Amino acid sequence: MSTALLIEQLLNGLQLGVMLFLMAAGLTLIFGVMGLINLAHGSLYMIGAFACALVAAATGSFWIGLLASLVAAAAAGAIVEILVIRRLYERDHLDQVLATFALILMFSEGARWLFGSFPLYLDIPPLLQGAVPLPGGGQYQLYRLGIITVGVLVALGLYLLISRTRLGMRIRAGESDREMIAALGVDISTLYTVVFALGAALAGLAGAMVGALQSVQVGMGEPVLILAFVVIVIGGIGSIKGALFGAVLVGIVDTMGRFLLPQALTLVLPPSQAALVGGALASMLIYIVMALILAVRPSGLFAAQS
Amino acid sequence: MRRILAAAGLSLALSGYAYAEPVKIGVITTLSGGGAGLGIDTRDAFTLAIKQSGNKDVELVIEDDAQKPELAVQIAEKMIQSDKVDLMTGIIWSNLAMAVVPNVVAQDIIYLSPNAGPSALAGANCNPNYFNVAYQNDNFHEAMGQYATQTYKKTFILAPNYPAGKDSLTGFKRFYKGELAGELYTQVGQTDYAAEIAQIRASGADSVFFFLPGGMGIAFMKQYAQSGVNIPVMGPSFSFSQDVLPAVGDAALGVKNSASWSKDLDNEANKKFVEAFQAEYGRLPSIYAAQSWDTANLILSALSKASVKDKEAFRAALKEADFDSVRGDFKFNTNNHPIQDIYIREVVKEGDVLTNKIVATAFEDHTDAYADQCSMP
Amino acid sequence: MKREAIANAGLALLLLAVPLAASTMGEPFYITLATRIAVLALAAVGLNIALGLGGLVSFGHAAFFGLGGYAAGILATHAFNAEPLFFGIPSTTSMPVIWLVAMLVCGLIALPIGAISLRTSGVYFIMITLAFAQMIYYFAISWPAYGGEDGLSIYVRNSFPGINTARPLPFFLVCYGLLALGLMLFWALRGSRFGAALQAARQNATRLAAVGIPPFRIRLTAFAISAMVTGLAGALFADLNRFTSPSMLSWHMSGELLVLVILGGKGRLFGPVAGAMLYVLLEYWLGGITERWQFFLGLILLGVVLFARGGLMGLIAGKERHG
Repeated sequence: MSTALLIEQLLNGLQLGVMLFLMAAGLTLIFGVMGLINLAHGSLYMIGAFACALVAAATGSFWIGLLASLVAAAAAGAIVEILVIRRLYERDHLDQVLATFALILMFSEGARWLFGSFPLYLDIPPLLQGAVPLPGGGQYQLYRLGIITVGVLVALGLYLLISRTRLGMRIRAGESDREMIAALGVDISTLYTVVFALGAALAGLAGAMVGALQSVQVGMGEPVLILAFVVIVIGGIGSIKGALFGAVLVGIVDTMGRFLLPQALTLVLPPSQAALVGGALASMLIYIVMALILAVRPSGLFAAQS
Repeated sequence: MRRILAAAGLSLALSGYAYAEPVKIGVITTLSGGGAGLGIDTRDAFTLAIKQSGNKDVELVIEDDAQKPELAVQIAEKMIQSDKVDLMTGIIWSNLAMAVVPNVVAQDIIYLSPNAGPSALAGANCNPNYFNVAYQNDNFHEAMGQYATQTYKKTFILAPNYPAGKDSLTGFKRFYKGELAGELYTQVGQTDYAAEIAQIRASGADSVFFFLPGGMGIAFMKQYAQSGVNIPVMGPSFSFSQDVLPAVGDAALGVKNSASWSKDLDNEANKKFVEAFQAEYGRLPSIYAAQSWDTANLILSALSKASVKDKEAFRAALKEADFDSVRGDFKFNTNNHPIQDIYIREVVKEGDVLTNKIVATAFEDHTDAYADQCSMP
Repeated sequence: MKREAIANAGLALLLLAVPLAASTMGEPFYITLATRIAVLALAAVGLNIALGLGGLVSFGHAAFFGLGGYAAGILATHAFNAEPLFFGIPSTTSMPVIWLVAMLVCGLIALPIGAISLRTSGVYFIMITLAFAQMIYYFAISWPAYGGEDGLSIYVRNSFPGINTARPLPFFLVCYGLLALGLMLFWALRGSRFGAALQAARQNATRLAAVGIPPFRIRLTAFAISAMVTGLAGALFADLNRFTSPSMLSWHMSGELLVLVILGGKGRLFGPVAGAMLYVLLEYWLGGITERWQFFLGLILLGVVLFARGGLMGLIAGKERHG
């Protein structure tokens, strides 16, 4: 195994982590401010990807599609918040799980109703086509580097938003004391709608960017949703910093597990068997890591005060 | 979902068929969720074939299994017990077929598979009531192995970590005589293949064989094309079929893939089928549509020879396979699985449309590796 | 309480009467449908012990449902092929033995899962139970010995002494009988000192600890019992379908079990029965009229959560009274 391959795999893990962070940031923000578990977050991811694919196909520009994905996901988020979600803030987590589970069914079938059953086409923009050389002789896909950059910018932007702006101040206030912020005369329901739309837009952005690498189809949000939940639980629900850390951890553990476990097992097993057992273990790995972390730290690594 | 076409009551007009009694066919297929595209092609081709035959005695009961085995089992029970269907067909996925088929054939209902062909049903557990009109699961992979032996020396192979994935790599290796650059099992439903592509690059392979059906294959191809790895890829037709090609895009151009059918196969039945399908639905048919069309025509051919109520005679009529297959020659082996040619196709562009054309024949009159284990009277 | 008792009796009779009527009218499919309702209701009764009494929102009960199914499938396969299990112990197709094995396995696996999960609470508990279920799910998919994702067929339905289980009605009666036992267990637990402690642990764990009862042990016991009942239902489900597969272990299945409990009314004795009836009938009826049935299923579920708090039992029998 060469250093170049190792560097490449670490970058791959980082990129997967960054992508998960975009999903997880929205989830954890919504949970932190409103106390809501949103299973339908994966549907917003799907909406972003569909919007980007459709608009990119119509206009011929990926970038306009990317913009459309932000707008579409934020709009869908705002509408759902106003129609459904805001009735759930006062309910227990169980009702939230059920209601957002129902929303998944409706979004998935609705998307199929509107856009048909066949996967849509979305390609990487010409600007980011191809690969760049890595130190040590490897190559790395330019577009994936682009995703890493966007993820870092979003993390930075969120940090500035929350620590430096008026909206961020209200979000922080909302996290620590809900009654107080209402008493201060902040329009709490508008704040909630804005936060939900922001989380939705981040999910939509992730969906659009990943859509160019994967297949844009109904149900694409579900595997990512489960991973994003793993991320925020490991990081500590409600903590953006935790989401960033958890996302990178999950991304790297998952990628390295898929890469190294089958190889390690060839030391004790014949190649075919090693590939099978290694693959099986790799698919369970992040859940094992999550269980271990929660066994030691029951509220995640960066638990927000509850 | 249930749609009843061609009610039996309207069938007083002579249809030219020997047995003009109503026949009920149960079609269980996937019409919702991520895999719905395959089921919709299967359903559309089947209903079109029945419609074009002008046979008014055939009544279809079509239901959605949502790609869930438990639901498929329940629908099968309902079709047998409540709708009292005579024949069943339609299932796309091997795991759903394994859930439904053994039960159905044990109740003496004839089942015709338009797509899945798990090895368990081809060998020791074969059944006179089970006809596979598509392929045995290993077949396309075997063809690719045969092709790779002639073309390459060091192939990297990968498939998802589930039974069909293992069958795939086993099938490939059965006919591949070169060296393996590596062997990988990926996670079911995985959508990011960066780690695997990096290993392929590092392995020194001269070719890549992959079996990743559905969204997995689309994701793999798009990521592979962008990775800067220039080693040729090949695979069974599932990731290069007409239903997914538009989503893969130009990344698929030039890729060799194996199948028992292609839209440019030169025979009368195929020309008629492609034309009719395109005229009715405004899109090119996929291999799932082709197999389903053949299934419908096989049933129609048997109906003209025997009554479906006489199971013995009807099975014999099916086994004759006396219909114009869009795949050209088509016969049944002793285990009721196809004997057919398997081709190597290449993805090409016709105008703006991505599609396949045949470039070689991997096998003529190919059978499967399990027929010997099947002892059927 | 009186109105609820009448509603409960009505539901119990309805679930019994429909298959009997269907049997005399020669419509065996409705017996199958009723069996499905009874089995899913039993699984939900199991979940209701953890969820309704203990307030433990497990998003991983599919793990136990599936393990029960695999217990039935694996034993039946070994018996069918006349292969001993291990150490030369012969396998069996006798349902009572299979049920015991299924419950034992689920109980034993639930103990470590519960012991780790119960260190957390709230959303963390929901997610860690999901994580454990996902581990088992991926293991089942990729473990080749028992079929992997293709699942495991049970070629001949397992047997119960003195009853022909291959016929729909006797098998329904077996499932119905077990559902009745499950409901009695729930009822007895709820009324017992153990149940009182469990409900106290849900409402105020600190106070319970202060009187010298460790809430952890109470909760863990409840979680294990809950898993065993759901596992028993899983074994029946496998026999009903004559098939078991990893999809019984998937997170969708965990979600569906939660849906059954909430739809019917959590913590209510007959909540799971009402929920299972509504869900199975909706799935069947909507699936029969439109290809878009999942959309309307979602719409109805959403309506129930938003506008019918307390679920179906809340609508039929009024608000639950505490104390």
